Amino acid sequence: MTLWWIGDVLLIAVVLPVVVYLLKGVLDAARSIEPSVTRIAEAAGAGSKDLDAVPLLLTTQAHVKTTVEVVAGYGGSLDVIIDDAE
Amino acid sequence: MPAAGVVLIVAVVLIVLALVYYLLSTIGSLMRITTGLDDAIAAVTEIAEKSAPVEAVVKDINHNLDAGVDLLEGLLVKKAGLVDAMGLVEGLYPGAAATGLRNFPDSAQVRPPRISEVYTKGTLTLARLGREAPIAAASPNGPVLRNIEGGSLDARLLYPEGRQSRPERLPRSPVIGTGAPVQYPPSEQRGGTTPDEGEAREKGPWAETAAQGVVPAELGGSDAPREMLGEDPQLGSEALGETTGSDEPATDTGIDPAAGDEADATTDGGPARPDGEEPDLKDAGAPPRQVDQ
Repeated sequence: MTLWWIGDVLLIAVVLPVVVYLLKGVLDAARSIEPSVTRIAEAAGAGSKDLDAVPLLLTTQAHVKTTVEVVAGYGGSLDVIIDDAE
Repeated sequence: MPAAGVVLIVAVVLIVLALVYYLLSTIGSLMRITTGLDDAIAAVTEIAEKSAPVEAVVKDINHNLDAGVDLLEGLLVKKAGLVDAMGLVEGLYPGAAATGLRNFPDSAQVRPPRISEVYTKGTLTLARLGREAPIAAASPNGPVLRNIEGGSLDARLLYPEGRQSRPERLPRSPVIGTGAPVQYPPSEQRGGTTPDEGEAREKGPWAETAAQGVVPAELGGSDAPREMLGEDPQLGSEALGETTGSDEPATDTGIDPAAGDEADATTDGGPARPDGEEPDLKDAGAPPRQVDQ
């Protein structure tokens, strides 16, 4: 009978607190991940929204090409009408 | 059942309850994490898809910009020379010459001349337009290229404007008659134009004589001093009139040049009248009345 009581005491005084402590640690760790994941999702969503302007790069690309062509034409004309440096 | 057995059962139940509570809470938290990660993964996938063509587009833009930079740098150095080019760059963007030109590594070592303090805006371009450019020609006012104050104005005056606004004080339109700012003595001009120095030098001594007029003032011409003229000259200088100084005809049709030296405005001027037609005299002045004569 004494061994039963000793087992009960160990179970209540040692095993139960250890189990609770470990489970609480897992739960706290899982809960601490939640805000981080939420922020990651929000940041990714915002980044994706920012990239909605990427198609404008195609317009920029066309403008740059046109501008360089104009500059080339202008420079070519200057090359014709202005003497080279001695 | 002994009391120790009851306590054991209670302890096991407590442990199981603790396991259930914490494990369920952990499961819930992990499910929320999974949901958040799903959202994040979806957004990251969108980012990857949207940014996929960026590299190619940006590379193409950079390629074109590189070509533009190469072109402009090459043109600048070709036309101005490396030293003057660095001076121009330094003049436009102080401190930029220290960086040098991308395609000319030696340009960073060039000491840029203070070219913007010597050449006014546009003057250098005009000077390089060609050896025959007027700006490069000798000027009686001195070399324009090194004239900081006059260089720009002289350069700009080479080109006409739609509405001439410079110089600020344009010469006024010529005024003839007694109100003319320049009065010519009658002896200097009695018809035609008075030859100037250049024309007299070109035509010879006779032109110099013509410049003196028909009767020079020193020989008693109409504009001679009063004491040299007769006591009662018939006409003063004011009444002799003066030419307009222009070859433009005084009327729309002018005088018929076929009449030669005998041309007269009353007979040879005006529009051609048809043969057999009488002039319309209805507007002619009426003759004086008998009582007035």
